[in-house]
Amino acid sequence: MIMPNQKIAPPSDDKRWKVVETTIRRNGSSSGALIETLHSVQEWFGYLDDEALTYVAQRLMVPMSKVYGVATFYHFFTLKPGGKHTCVVCNGTACYIKGAKQLIDAMAEKYDVKPGETSKDGELSVLSARCLGSCGLAPAVVIDGDVKGNIEADELLNVLEGVINNDA
Amino acid sequence: MSKVIRVVTLTIDDQEVTGREDETILTVARQHDIDIPTLCFLEGLSGWGSCRICLVAVEGVPKLLPACMTYCSEGMVVHTENEQIKAYRKSILELLFSERNHICSVCVSNGACELQALAQKCGMDHVSLPYRFPSYEVDSSHNLFRNDHNRCVLCTRCIRVCDEIEGAHVWDLADRGINAHVISDLNAPWGDSETCTNCGKCVQVCPTGALVQKGTAVAEMHKRRAFLPYLNAMRGNHG
Amino acid sequence: MTPDELMDVAQGLQEKDASIPNHVRVCTAASCLSLKSDELAKQIKAELKEVGKDKDTKVRCVGCMGLCSAGPLVSVEAEDQKPVMYQKVTVENAPQIAESVASGKKVKDLVCDTDSPFFARQQKIVLENSGIIDADDINDYIANDGYQALMTAISEMQPNEVLDEITKSGLRGRGGAGFPTGLKWNMLAKTPSDTKYIICNADEGDPGAFMDRAILESDPHRILEGMALAAYATGATEGFIYVRAEYPLAIKRLKTAIRLATKNNFLGSNIGGTKFSFSIDIRLGAGAFVCGEETALIASIEGKRGQPRPRPPFPAEKGLWGQPTSINNVETLANVAPIVRKGGEWFASIGTNKSKGTKVFALAGKINNTGLIEVPMGLSLREIVFDIGGGIPDGQEFKAVQTGGPSGGCLPEEHLDMGVDYDSLRTAGSIMGSGGMIVMDKTSNMVDVARFFMEFCMSESCGKCIPCRVGTYQMHELLNRIAEGEGTMEDLAKLEELCEVVANTSLCGLGQTSPNPVRSTLRYFRHEYLELIDGKHIPAGAGQEVAS
Repeated sequence: MIMPNQKIAPPSDDKRWKVVETTIRRNGSSSGALIETLHSVQEWFGYLDDEALTYVAQRLMVPMSKVYGVATFYHFFTLKPGGKHTCVVCNGTACYIKGAKQLIDAMAEKYDVKPGETSKDGELSVLSARCLGSCGLAPAVVIDGDVKGNIEADELLNVLEGVINNDA
Repeated sequence: MSKVIRVVTLTIDDQEVTGREDETILTVARQHDIDIPTLCFLEGLSGWGSCRICLVAVEGVPKLLPACMTYCSEGMVVHTENEQIKAYRKSILELLFSERNHICSVCVSNGACELQALAQKCGMDHVSLPYRFPSYEVDSSHNLFRNDHNRCVLCTRCIRVCDEIEGAHVWDLADRGINAHVISDLNAPWGDSETCTNCGKCVQVCPTGALVQKGTAVAEMHKRRAFLPYLNAMRGNHG
Repeated sequence: MTPDELMDVAQGLQEKDASIPNHVRVCTAASCLSLKSDELAKQIKAELKEVGKDKDTKVRCVGCMGLCSAGPLVSVEAEDQKPVMYQKVTVENAPQIAESVASGKKVKDLVCDTDSPFFARQQKIVLENSGIIDADDINDYIANDGYQALMTAISEMQPNEVLDEITKSGLRGRGGAGFPTGLKWNMLAKTPSDTKYIICNADEGDPGAFMDRAILESDPHRILEGMALAAYATGATEGFIYVRAEYPLAIKRLKTAIRLATKNNFLGSNIGGTKFSFSIDIRLGAGAFVCGEETALIASIEGKRGQPRPRPPFPAEKGLWGQPTSINNVETLANVAPIVRKGGEWFASIGTNKSKGTKVFALAGKINNTGLIEVPMGLSLREIVFDIGGGIPDGQEFKAVQTGGPSGGCLPEEHLDMGVDYDSLRTAGSIMGSGGMIVMDKTSNMVDVARFFMEFCMSESCGKCIPCRVGTYQMHELLNRIAEGEGTMEDLAKLEELCEVVANTSLCGLGQTSPNPVRSTLRYFRHEYLELIDGKHIPAGAGQEVAS
């Protein structure tokens, strides 16, 4: 809860909070900066935990429930840490028509993970994107930032296995 | 410099009425004893326009408009009910009843529930859609009140009264679409809320048996609303 | 800087460019970039050094060249030779490209035929600089008439004269609904206020649409100039670009463009030494399709949940932070500078009676040439799908083309000869939408397609109003049952009833148009629903009767 004249300090002396602070100042340190601030926190910390949300609420003088409401309204924000590797499956119309669902099904079968989830061993997060804008490469996936186009289920599972085993 | 507010003449259900251009169709209709059913609207709180129950037809406008959010204008011709509107209101209520678990016979608000009254008024006697039967928690962590999400219609009256009248903004909506739900603070149990003042205003404005007083049995929860116009008047607040 | 001075600068840049004998352009827009075309560009530069041509060759990383399915694309303009385009160029091909610059001989295996209908049938206004200029180099934009319209407008024209040109041009909003831009700006110009905003809606969210992304990545200054002209015409002082966080490259290029435009005083205070001031800032979307709706977008910029509110009041009266605001789509704004430069009449001479100018489409799905195209309004669907798009791959037959994304519809073969404009698409049960065009062949099941879009609307519904929140859920359930072969005729009747309720009672455009994919597939492919429900219950031949 916000107290009058309370000095609001970041949750830790982690340097990344300084970058977040810059974003807050640049956007007027008020409720209008909420979404930009959440973007900044997520960019640097990977996800938004309660500690971060509480700090943002206090710093911007925004009610906690409103911060939580905004953080959960937008699908870009995540409140949980992701897996070691991520596979984003494009689920735009072109990719859907060309078999994105089969890719999602294949991963669900092998890793027991649905879009928006992380596998139990924390190795793989599967996300679904509305459209990557790579419709010419449909169906497309992004594995750890690398776009793979025209991919089929078997090939995808092979690539994933390679990526996961590589750090083992 | 304040703008001059004009008085306008309009027609509601063939009746010629006058109102101010800063008043809504709903306000003017009620001043003239013309009934328009509502659900999310509550006198004394800001308009929200989400339940779509108060939709009315305005001649010359292709879309139906919410009476609670549409301001009067000169020469406006409003029809508050026709066969189509009646059917839509029934359908919207059916959708609402199918969404969560509204079981009147075991509800503390049975007999004093706005949703139940609305269904009776609009002639919605059965739900032709499959029920969703979601599993929602009942939050009994607060020592005075209870929040039964099964009965919530997401009208956001609790959120608005807490924000606009009490000034605490304990409540808000989380998630979206069919998964949207009311939360307190950072999705903490109500009883753990650091911001709640225990004033109970949210309980009194809730139209259903979602927010209730603890210790009430079936059909015992009657809500008191007189404080709202009173507080607004005392604060010189016309909103 | 006066318009004449700017013209001199442009001429100087053009002459400097003409003094370089060879030009290589590598497409580094999203699709080609995902095939590592940035590395390809580096490699070509290195190879040019090897053959001693690096000094008299300019290698540019440019925006979208259009034919994404043949990417990465490279165009080579060697001394005294006709420009050649190469397709599917990999890093291994870099030596060949460099060699061709040196020798003047084509790399025959890689040549992409630019005389083919895909290139020949297009007409470019919005994309005139795409694939030509380096998006990060403001001089490239200036050399191609960039900021000429803005400088002329603010020093030689009155705001209402700029407005008149836009009105005369007949430009309509390219975001979907097709509202006349001149009318929109007029409303804003007439609302008295010291603070007014221009917002560029770059929250392109239709699945299967990437027009705005390509424009932002290929030619960002065009959007800034369009916004500044809008501000001058309407009296706005501040602008925001609301862009999807999922488009990191577009964001990066926009940031660079804003920085360079401000440095060169095309944005900021007293632009070009006049009294006109206008600045632009970027706001990131966060993955909510509903934020394409004007009032939801405003809520999002204000840092709130992207929930729409009833209109009126319209943003032109009460918009961002309660101030008069005009929200325009990326492609709409991309048309503004050419209109002011060449006149409203010129623009109005292109296209059809009620739909002027060109339209950019993203061609995708079961079609040979996937990519980005710009064609005059009124071109037939057949020309787009079969001539420009090169028809259906794998020897399959055409079944339908989907336009307008989740708010649009599926049009069958019988509509192929229809000219594409706002009104004809609406009459046929679809909408123009933002420009996604997905082609389906006979293997696509139309009930499944309808279910796909309903799932989209359901998960993108903000949840504020009951009809959209619960209606899309219930319609999705009904479509699920029908698609899985468990549906009944009662389910179908209920589905049609819900379509009407949700369309007519939802709060915003997302809910109101969410039944469109169901309605259009029911209109043209009703037999597919009936076949899935249960053949036995359909009287012989009834399927066809209902369908026609």
